[in-house]
Amino acid sequence: MAEATPIPGGIGQSIGRKEDARFIRGKGNYVDDVNLPGMLFMDVVRSPYAHAKITGLRKDAALKVPGVLAVITGADLAAAKLAWMPTLMSDTQMVLPTDTVMFQGQEVAAVVGVDRYAAADGVAAVEVDYEPLPVVVDPFKALQPDAPVLRTDKGKKDNHIWHWEVGDKAGTEAALKASAVVVTEKLYIPRIHVSSIETCGCVASVDVSGKLTVWMTTQAPHAIRTVFALVSGLPENNIRIISPDIGGGFGGKVPVYPGYVIAVVAALTTGKPVKWIEDRTGNLTADSFARDYHIEAEIGADKNGKVTALRVKTLADHGYTDAAANPSKFPAGLFHIITGSYPFSKAFVEVDAAYTNKPPGGIAYRCSFRVTEAVFAIERLMDNLAHKMNLDPAELRMRNFIPPEAFPYTSALGWTYDSGNYAGALKKAMDTIGYDALRKEQAEKRKRGELMGIGISSFTEIVGAGPSKTFDILGIKMFDSAEVRIHPTGKVIARFGTKSQGQGHETTYAQILAEELGIPVDGISVEEGDTDTAPYGLGTYASRSTPTAGAAAAVAARKIREKGAKIAAHLLEVSPNDIEWKDHKFQVKGVPEKSKTMADVAFAAYTNHPQGMEAGLEAVDYYDPPNMTYPFGSYICVVDIDKETGQVKVRRFVAIDDCGTIINPMIVDGQIHGGLTMGFAPAMLEEIPYDEQGNSRAPSFLEYLLPTAVETPKWETGKTVTPSPHHPLGAKGVGESATVGAPAAIANAVIDALQPYGVTNIDIPISAHKVWRAIHGADAH
Amino acid sequence: MYPPSFDYYAPTSVDEAVRLLDQHQGEAKVLAGGQSLIGMLKLRLAQPGALIDINRIPDLSYVREDATFLRIGAMTRINELHASDAVKARYGVLFDATAEIADPTVRNWGTVGGNAVHGDPGNDLPACFLALDAEYQAQGPKGSRTIAARKFYTDSFTNVLAPNEIVTEIHVPKAAAGSGSAYSKMERKVGDFATAAVAVTVTLAANGSVAKAGIGLTNVGPTALYAAQASDALVGKTGTATDLGTVGDLAAKAASPVADNRGPVDFKQDMIRVWTRRTVTRAIARAKGGS
Ligand SMILES: Cc1cc2nc3c(=O)[nH]c(=O)nc-3n(C[C@H](O)[C@H](O)[C@H](O)COP(=O)(O)OP(=O)(O)OC[C@H]3O[C@@H](n4cnc5c(N)ncnc54)[C@H](O)[C@@H]3O)c2cc1C
Repeated sequence: MAEATPIPGGIGQSIGRKEDARFIRGKGNYVDDVNLPGMLFMDVVRSPYAHAKITGLRKDAALKVPGVLAVITGADLAAAKLAWMPTLMSDTQMVLPTDTVMFQGQEVAAVVGVDRYAAADGVAAVEVDYEPLPVVVDPFKALQPDAPVLRTDKGKKDNHIWHWEVGDKAGTEAALKASAVVVTEKLYIPRIHVSSIETCGCVASVDVSGKLTVWMTTQAPHAIRTVFALVSGLPENNIRIISPDIGGGFGGKVPVYPGYVIAVVAALTTGKPVKWIEDRTGNLTADSFARDYHIEAEIGADKNGKVTALRVKTLADHGYTDAAANPSKFPAGLFHIITGSYPFSKAFVEVDAAYTNKPPGGIAYRCSFRVTEAVFAIERLMDNLAHKMNLDPAELRMRNFIPPEAFPYTSALGWTYDSGNYAGALKKAMDTIGYDALRKEQAEKRKRGELMGIGISSFTEIVGAGPSKTFDILGIKMFDSAEVRIHPTGKVIARFGTKSQGQGHETTYAQILAEELGIPVDGISVEEGDTDTAPYGLGTYASRSTPTAGAAAAVAARKIREKGAKIAAHLLEVSPNDIEWKDHKFQVKGVPEKSKTMADVAFAAYTNHPQGMEAGLEAVDYYDPPNMTYPFGSYICVVDIDKETGQVKVRRFVAIDDCGTIINPMIVDGQIHGGLTMGFAPAMLEEIPYDEQGNSRAPSFLEYLLPTAVETPKWETGKTVTPSPHHPLGAKGVGESATVGAPAAIANAVIDALQPYGVTNIDIPISAHKVWRAIHGADAH
Repeated sequence: MYPPSFDYYAPTSVDEAVRLLDQHQGEAKVLAGGQSLIGMLKLRLAQPGALIDINRIPDLSYVREDATFLRIGAMTRINELHASDAVKARYGVLFDATAEIADPTVRNWGTVGGNAVHGDPGNDLPACFLALDAEYQAQGPKGSRTIAARKFYTDSFTNVLAPNEIVTEIHVPKAAAGSGSAYSKMERKVGDFATAAVAVTVTLAANGSVAKAGIGLTNVGPTALYAAQASDALVGKTGTATDLGTVGDLAAKAASPVADNRGPVDFKQDMIRVWTRRTVTRAIARAKGGS
């Protein structure tokens, strides 16, 4: 954007984040900072068993604990028809159980006390009798005919939830048969958890008029209000959801968790505000997990390595209920982006989902609805194909990429990619890292028996849900909104239906408006998260905010400019047709010295507007995107492996990202740094494994291994810019590209290093003992 | 994550602390750095009726080297031990280990005494003290006694200390000329307890062969382990590949790890083998004047 006079804080400028002034001084306002007079505290009794019948539950001892005011059980909720609630995927979930617990850590009862200590003492005093039932942990075993049926409450006869498929089954099979080379791999993408530093929680309060206000950790306050209204029967105008500052969401704060509902019930029954803040173990053992896909993928290629067909069979472990947070028409999310950056002519994908005795979920942990799973599978398979054909993995990709001139490109599974230049991104990544020299070094090291590997991931993302014809959640279309109002002095308040959880919306949206309105960014305030004030929207997740609400900001600003042009014409005493918006001003065409700023126009809108025109200067836009946006990138990772111990060290990691037009390069870079770290984490460290009894083996940060600054590689980031042709600013989403793209690059590097041992797969997280086993074999020492 | 209520005492002398412990007859716990105990309280894994906070007792925090011992006050913070010049110069095993325990915050709070006494097999200092043949000085109602580290640990989180005794000092035999030591910790990430860790001390004879050796192992058994056979086998050796192979194998044999998220049993045993070889090599190099 070559501008003579850039507007302060306009698009493309790396200005400091507006929200950081409070965040870095510890002045953020999180749910746990909300303190109301007379507020009570709620704590939760959790099941020690993964599957058990509740044969007795006694409140008496707990009610005798000093400071305990109430104990809420499933029976209490059942009386109000609130023991069960719907999930976002139209399954059902217990708020509190009346007879059976389905996973370890499940909420069994809640205790309300005058402070957190009283509530915790009360929790310890609630007596529950359990009769353990057979536990189903493995989703493959869950689908065997002799498996205990978990959801008898739904009248189920087995543990199969749904089957979903897309593509040309017969055509794919024929194409694979006809392929010169076929590569098959089984990949498990384990259960992980977003583990935001702020756990979930809320403060529920009912005022004398019966109005319910809930401060809660939610990424989608408006949708939550509607769901609350539908479930509780309270009128929607009597429900106010406030989502204050959020300490990390990553998809984990999209669902409604039992704790929120119980806290609302507690506030209604006690008549006092009730605060519930989940502890870390509650968060890790009961809140929605992500991934847990068992993928079997097959790709075919001709003798030159040109890909022909892709077939994918997947088993999804959803725990005891399908509480994924996908758009309703997509039970496996956007997993069918799995053809990736390559022009497969045939593809077929099927996914089956199973119930197990694990916590519910399947949420999109910074992964744009199952795109991480898809990218991981296709990018791992491409490397395996290269190894099998003795081709360099970069060369194989270069031979196959969808070329820039093929866009808009419609994939075999039906997506229409908006724009891309995949070879350009990979070329840049290879140049940045010095690819050829690294391959030479690797060859020399291999001769000496040293293990070094280079891994590539050339991913295609799909974000910005989404066009209303296909994208809705429980029927609510996935538009998003902006409401922009200019005050008489030319200052702006703008409100959005999204909700930042650290992404920097207060800055990014203000920059869009600064550019579009010609108003310096300091004069623009952005608000989100209060359903009483903000326009309706579906919230922030799946990298949708800039593609939807960001677009809405631009469109709303342009609506304002239309009215502004009329006011400017009135002030300049010319016809509106003679006014053009140029250099961030209303100018008389061809007479640049005759111009009015947006501030001039705003003042006139309240003091001197043309007769017959409404006063004021504001606009609202509900933006329905015409298509998804398709960010992409190429990542290259270099690892060194200690042969004796199996320890992997990431030596270098170059990430070239393309998210179209960049609003704030620093924020985008920050999103990529964080995303890369969140891609590194599951590749190398994070997993929630379960033992045969269904006990979580990672119920705290002792075992759920978040990377620290020490483990985290030094990220080398770069970019190419291929604007989206359909977004008003050319922007695409970027919040998840790196999380989606990084794991495959790391895993590919490890597998590449282990080529001398003929290794084709090590399931992530790639812990030392797995690498050691791959090197030393089953009978090592 | 909130503990049940307990009484709290902050005595200002060891005598007073011991008296309070004695009065509470096993119902009280000493609070040192709190980095293990407070977590256990919050998880309600420990529910003592009283905490005896020994942080206000003066003169329990020091690192002093005299003619016979390196004396470490029980309340010396892990980071203080790491910062000691004597430790850096002559007790490499402690210098290494104190850099790898947990993270800086935990090391600023956690005490050497607490780490030695707590009895988590994953604590790093016990293996060092086993290798160094250290002694723990404990004070009870009837006075003071000295307990060899190698006789201290009986099982996970259990030791020979009476409920009314407090460890006041740790004695490490003064580093002899020609001695060197090292600690290697394999961990999944910073702040993690060891997958396997090995402490090695050696004293070299004039001819360069090992005259005296001690090898301690972390987190591969119910307690920190003293690998006696491996230690003895190192005596008389110079650290050739064959020597290392023998000693590594014996150390691995001494280990009795359990399978967990850190890995299966055979892997952990092999890690003891590998890290013993590597750590013996480093300890010998230090004994010869390397760093
Ligand atoms: C996140 C985290 C990671 C950690 N990682 C590691 C690690 O990698 N390696 C490692 O070695 N440790 C680790 N620790 C433990 C840490 O080193 C502890 O500080 C140490 O184990 C106990 O020392 P403390 O002074 O904190 O003892 P406290 O927690 O106060 O006490 C621990 C126990 O010892 C008893 N005790 C303490 N001092 C005395 C005394 N003088 N006499 C008698 N009894 C006493 C107490 O009664 C209590 O039972 C970690 C801790 C945390 C929180």
